[in-house]
Amino acid sequence: MSEVLVLVDHVDGAVRKATTELLTIAARVGEPSAVYIGTGFQDAAATLARFGAVKAYRIESPDLTAHLVAPSAEALAQLVERTQPAAVLLASTADGKEIAARLALKIDSGLITDAVDVDADLVTTQSVFAGAYSVRARVSRGTPIITVKANSVTAQERPGECVDEQFTAVISPGAMSARITGTRPRQKSGRPDLSEAAIVVAGGRGTNGDFGPVEAFADTLGAAVGASRAAVDAGWYPHANQVGQTGKSVSPQLYVAVGISGAIQHRAGMQTSKTIVAVNKDADAPIFELADFGVVGDLFTVLPQATTLIEQARG
Amino acid sequence: MNIVVCVKFVPDAQSERGFEPGDHTTDRFGVPGRLSELDEYAVEAALTLATAGADAPTGEPAGRVTVMTVGPPAAAEAIKKALQMGADAGVHVTDEAIAGSDAAATSLVLAAAIRRIGEAAPVDLVLTGMASTDAVMSVVPAMLAERLDLPQLTLASQLSIEGGTASIRRDGDLASQTVTAALPALVSVTDQINEPRYPSFKGIMGAKKKPVQTWGIADLGLRADQVGLAASATVVESITPRPPRQAGQVVKDDGDGGRQLADFLRSRKFV
Ligand SMILES: Cc1cc2nc3c(=O)[nH]c(=O)nc-3n(C[C@H](O)[C@H](O)[C@H](O)COP(=O)(O)OP(=O)(O)OC[C@H]3O[C@@H](n4cnc5c(N)ncnc54)[C@H](O)[C@@H]3O)c2cc1C
Ligand SMILES: Nc1ncnc2c1ncn2[C@@H]1O[C@H](COP(=O)(O)O)[C@@H](O)[C@H]1O
Repeated sequence: MSEVLVLVDHVDGAVRKATTELLTIAARVGEPSAVYIGTGFQDAAATLARFGAVKAYRIESPDLTAHLVAPSAEALAQLVERTQPAAVLLASTADGKEIAARLALKIDSGLITDAVDVDADLVTTQSVFAGAYSVRARVSRGTPIITVKANSVTAQERPGECVDEQFTAVISPGAMSARITGTRPRQKSGRPDLSEAAIVVAGGRGTNGDFGPVEAFADTLGAAVGASRAAVDAGWYPHANQVGQTGKSVSPQLYVAVGISGAIQHRAGMQTSKTIVAVNKDADAPIFELADFGVVGDLFTVLPQATTLIEQARG
Repeated sequence: MNIVVCVKFVPDAQSERGFEPGDHTTDRFGVPGRLSELDEYAVEAALTLATAGADAPTGEPAGRVTVMTVGPPAAAEAIKKALQMGADAGVHVTDEAIAGSDAAATSLVLAAAIRRIGEAAPVDLVLTGMASTDAVMSVVPAMLAERLDLPQLTLASQLSIEGGTASIRRDGDLASQTVTAALPALVSVTDQINEPRYPSFKGIMGAKKKPVQTWGIADLGLRADQVGLAASATVVESITPRPPRQAGQVVKDDGDGGRQLADFLRSRKFV
């Protein structure tokens, strides 16, 4: 069976959930091989093995981590050359998509971005035009390179042995022209990561600057907190939490939009959510067109009531 | 400073967008188009940098901003808008062979056109938007950097240029990075970087006199089989409109909206 390369998305060895989902997809197609760039592999090894990675290629050179995306694309191209994989899978993050883009040119192969599903025969499903259409496509030239959105599939444990191997990539000076000279990790909110969370509660202009009820409700559900651009532009919530076309694209099991009208640019970032709930005082707000369940009402009374009841039920 | 800004002509997001029935390419004719809103930020960034050059104590000449688009004849609209905002010149690459080009082919054409502009005067900076509002792949900028062998400074929410070095802030998924490179470089900008200006009356009148060149792929030394659907490395098997969502249940809050919400979440096992 041929290998399927999965580029591991991690923070100093903490493997992100999207990678475990990619390994699950890779196992449909062939034998999952993880490609691990950076330090901290020891911490990641167990997770990779648990989710079915049969092999792991470790690339530790700081040439890759000290520069933006280009060296990673070069390293992957060299690995593709050596392993002749059936496909290369990456997470649909900014870095993942840009690495994939450069790799596609280097190995003259087709690229599909933002897949929400990938079949065993590498036919992908994408959701386009703010979710209005579902597109099935496949790569027709070269080695399929596919980036997959987080939460697209349920990661399955497939414990086994993972053999790791050092891989030395040769990085050209040109690829090291954009230097990362500073990194400031995001402030931790203590809540789940927005792009990985199973539940997202998002607030908009309707909060009028008070995200208290939104956060309290999110916390009873163990949810991440999102925001519309209107709320972010007003300075009420950090840009890192923006959902939509120019913010994060999320696909949680449950998305609760509170005081958000449902503009097309907002929908673009949340329309693939499995279940959508809206709370809005305007019965004509377009968000209700998407909602599986909606409450027409004032968020400042509806949310606290729901929060209290859920807390009581928990005891 | 010689700046090239890549802008895309896109179907208006507010209208019903669709696909060409025959070849699965985006329907660019049935719906009104416009300069991509996200590319206005790149135009603004270019204009800001060009004006800063004019104020320099050395009395350096102002930067020159060329806007470039690859697209159908109607895409001239996108160039016009950018010229009205204040860009100095336009390049419109249009050719029947280009229709249906994917990101790789689009970047091939853009790269060839930027090289050609560079023959007249070296290009110091290529600016792009963060994503097209229609395809939203966000891969053309990285592809352009790869093809032109330029340092890639993408997704900039801040940009500064000093002494021939460009520095950006890139707000990534988990961290905010500072990324630095020597010019010439490619920079893509996000909608956090600035507030694009509206064309002034003077700008609108002045735009009419600004030079716009129109090139076909032969002018760029490219062949028809390198672009368009023919060159595409992916095939679309099917496109289905999303089935209209089953109308959800919407209740009016008469004092127990919160309870109904909690009940719904419990019934779906979210609690
Ligand atoms: C290029 C571009 C990119 C964009 N990208 C994004 C993006 O990534 N993400 C994004 O979100 N937007 C984006 N936008 C902006 C988008 O078009 C909308 O302007 C924005 O989503 C509106 O935010 P909102 O729904 O919070 O505000 P509004 O549209 O003002 O809606 C507020 C809603 O709150 C309701 N409300 C008010 N008070 C209450 C109350 N007490 N209780 C309950 N409901 C209440 C109102 O009825 C209303 O429906 C983009 C726009 C452009 C042009
Ligand atoms: N046809 C085009 N003509 C000019 N610039 C383009 C074109 N397509 C994409 N771009 C540029 O590349 C950016 C990202 O596009 P995309 O990768 O398609 O999301 C856009 O914001 C534009 O600046």
